[in-house]
Amino acid sequence: MKRTAPLLIASIAGFVMIVAYFIPKTQTWGEDVSVWFDILAAIAFILGGGNLLRVQLKKISDRRPGWGYALITLIAFVVMLACGLLKIGSHPNEQYPAFAWSGTYNQTGTPFWWMYEYLIVPLQSTIFAMLAFYVASAAFRAFRAKNVEAILLLGTAFVILLGRTAAGVFLTDFIPSDVLIENPTFLQHLVSTLRLENLTVFLMDIFNTAGNRAIMIGIALGTASVSLKILLGVDRSYLGSGED
Amino acid sequence: MFEFFRNLDRRWIFLMMFLCVAVPIFVIGKYKTTFPEKPLVLATNVFNEIDNLPDGSKVLLAFDYDPGSEGELGPMATAFTLHCIKKHHKMYFIALWPLGRQMIDNAVNRIIKADFPHLRYGEDYVNLGFKAGNEGVIKVIVTDLRKLYTTDSRGTATDEIPMMQGIENIQQMDLVINVSAGYPGTKEWVQYAVTPFPDRIRLVAGCTGVQAPLLYPYIPQQLPGLLAAIKGASEYESLVMAKYGGENISGKYLEAQRRMGPQLVAHLLMIFLIIAGNVIYFVERRRGVRQ
Repeated sequence: MKRTAPLLIASIAGFVMIVAYFIPKTQTWGEDVSVWFDILAAIAFILGGGNLLRVQLKKISDRRPGWGYALITLIAFVVMLACGLLKIGSHPNEQYPAFAWSGTYNQTGTPFWWMYEYLIVPLQSTIFAMLAFYVASAAFRAFRAKNVEAILLLGTAFVILLGRTAAGVFLTDFIPSDVLIENPTFLQHLVSTLRLENLTVFLMDIFNTAGNRAIMIGIALGTASVSLKILLGVDRSYLGSGED
Repeated sequence: MFEFFRNLDRRWIFLMMFLCVAVPIFVIGKYKTTFPEKPLVLATNVFNEIDNLPDGSKVLLAFDYDPGSEGELGPMATAFTLHCIKKHHKMYFIALWPLGRQMIDNAVNRIIKADFPHLRYGEDYVNLGFKAGNEGVIKVIVTDLRKLYTTDSRGTATDEIPMMQGIENIQQMDLVINVSAGYPGTKEWVQYAVTPFPDRIRLVAGCTGVQAPLLYPYIPQQLPGLLAAIKGASEYESLVMAKYGGENISGKYLEAQRRMGPQLVAHLLMIFLIIAGNVIYFVERRRGVRQ
């Protein structure tokens, strides 16, 4: 029962979604299942929070390496959650001044807003910005023209790196552009493509799109087959091992 | 010199990258200059999609990103919002990312409230906020918006919001604009909104650089226009400013073009590093063969 019920729910929900897509009269069934999914997704936040508490508390109680970070994670989680849920420092909504909790949790000046503005924003931006440093270091150490494939990759990288900046336009400005020509000949179009900004578009449009389409079709076929296996109950790995 | 580069400590590279980004930021900030921008076809398509709508059209702006990618996507979100304001479009903001709501608040505070205070909440723009469920949210709101959005982000019932009157689903929107940093994002909007209703929902998007190659296969039928990273934002921004900017444009509306400066110098550094690394590699290989 513990495995059969989830299996049935997944199977019925999956088939309803398929049927709803092809039969217009059953469209509302699909909408209902989608709403259930959204409700479950919201509940998953609570489960996720609970799981975070469980894992981090275990790490701290076992004094495993890095338990200090787990403590910081826990404190940050609890403080942020309390400030948001209890709307600490928030002023009541002007329409309902008698109700203390009628204001929004993220009003300017509240502790929640402060932590978002001065902790989350700079931390996330810093982590993202650090990529530039590591990419530069990796480019110097690992980007070697060792074989034909690597040379092609290098050439493409140069074109894209230059083509995505004003340098691309400046360096190949001497090549005539076909933009201002009303009916450009094939040769004029070909020559114009050699401009770095156009070459970038050409690479993205032709080679990148062709490669990505092939990958996407492959993924779609794989997804369809795996989905069918799940709906028919052949693949039950998503239910877990059943051992707690 | 060769030995220096061969054993180059990564901290030197970090320092070079820091200078390559910091110096242009300082120079551009001081002299208020930007590089000339030449808009390409995808940015022009995005501009035309928004500009060709009749004034006062209904536009859904989905801000699916967070502070981590604000540096790359913030300027295009600003440009989208400004363009919609200039065209007097009705703006419906939503977010599929938890922190997307804050990104919407940023746009509202920095642009609408600061520079266009005459625009009224609920009549000219509305913030419907964040909803959990990723593509599940899109799947529901394409047919029934009110099933999920019973209130806006302030808790006001959607029935009480004037610009929500008569809005049943997003098929009634004249255009969907998505600013996307990953999952859920533009790909999900294409798959769950545009693909089932190709004649009713039109979508243009702006995305991060790493996402752009994955979205090219949807161009042009499912995705007529795409702004790829800060370069795309810069091209689009230059188009918006050329038509609606006027004189004495505030710096916040030129942010994408300004950020092209650090990007140019950083890209040149990357090219230099790749060439230097390869020179070292070939010299070492030659020496190895001789030995």
